[in-house]
Amino acid sequence: MNLIDYFLSKRKKTAVVAKERLQIILARERVDRTGPDYLPALKRELLEVVAKYVAIDVDKVQVNLQHDGDCEILELNIALPEAPSTQPQAQLASQ
Amino acid sequence: MATIIVVTSGKGGVGKTTTSASVSTGLAKRGFKTAVIDFDVGLRNLDLIMGCERRVVYDFVNVIQSEASLKQALIRDKHCENLYILPASQTRDKDALTKEGVGQVLDQLRQDFDYIVCDSPAGIEQGAMMALYFADEAIIVTNPEVSSVRDSDRILGILQAKSQRAVNGSGRVKEHLLITRYSPRRVEAGEMLSVKDVQDLLGVPLIGVVPESESVLQASNSGVPVIHFDKSASGQAYDDVVSRFLGEQKPMRFLEPEKKSFIQRLFGT
Repeated sequence: MNLIDYFLSKRKKTAVVAKERLQIILARERVDRTGPDYLPALKRELLEVVAKYVAIDVDKVQVNLQHDGDCEILELNIALPEAPSTQPQAQLASQ
Repeated sequence: MATIIVVTSGKGGVGKTTTSASVSTGLAKRGFKTAVIDFDVGLRNLDLIMGCERRVVYDFVNVIQSEASLKQALIRDKHCENLYILPASQTRDKDALTKEGVGQVLDQLRQDFDYIVCDSPAGIEQGAMMALYFADEAIIVTNPEVSSVRDSDRILGILQAKSQRAVNGSGRVKEHLLITRYSPRRVEAGEMLSVKDVQDLLGVPLIGVVPESESVLQASNSGVPVIHFDKSASGQAYDDVVSRFLGEQKPMRFLEPEKKSFIQRLFGT
């Protein structure tokens, strides 16, 4: 890489991109791994309840368990298809 | 009592077998009686890398199923007198590696050997699980590349949850990170994750860095573990790995791009 390239390049180096992507995905997968055993079943049953009332696309559902100090926050994000109501997203947070 | 070392990675093609061959050779060269076992049932390759493919008569599964004795199946290495190879079966199913069977063979080997190196197959199925289950120490082979780093992290999670030590609560498997196919030039250009990046991401103590090198292919072509190529950077890097494994302090080498001489620059080579 010569000097001109150096001053012209505005794009982030791919190694930096790789590291950032890995930091995010590894953090997420570690949470899945170390999360409580009941989490997968809880996710599934919650979704079944919602699916009873609303036609949801399972791919458009996000379930996250976050740690914030001593609190654990379970966040359920469901994109409702063509929702007629004013709220396009339902959010459920429990502590 | 022998120490059991698993060489694992999750991802395929990162250099597990190359590493198993060189680390076991290095240990044997230093006088330790060492056995290296191929756990890749159905896709055996350690025999080729060690150059003993024509001397395979019995294999690991034969021993597990009592069709041959351990003594019959172990192949003595042609370069090192302290080194023995236990090849994988080429025809059987990978489920032939049962926990009881593998445990019995390892117990038997433990009586006679100082080190047992388990060459894990790629993936996280039966062969890979059995290769790591009995381990005392683990060498995680990782390329500075996204999928390899992710798979290594997954394997680390499995070691910490599913190995015998984890299950019995008898301590942790001692983990060592080995970065292979490293290109200092590409790291300098910002095209490749650096040693520090990979270490930060995985959080495992580094045991060595093996640079990308032509001699690895030449070594496998000729069936001689690359550690025997003592003029090549990767051969030297593996020798350092073995020294560090045995507790010696060795500074990391081959982390900087080779400086080109004036003549090389002139001719653009």
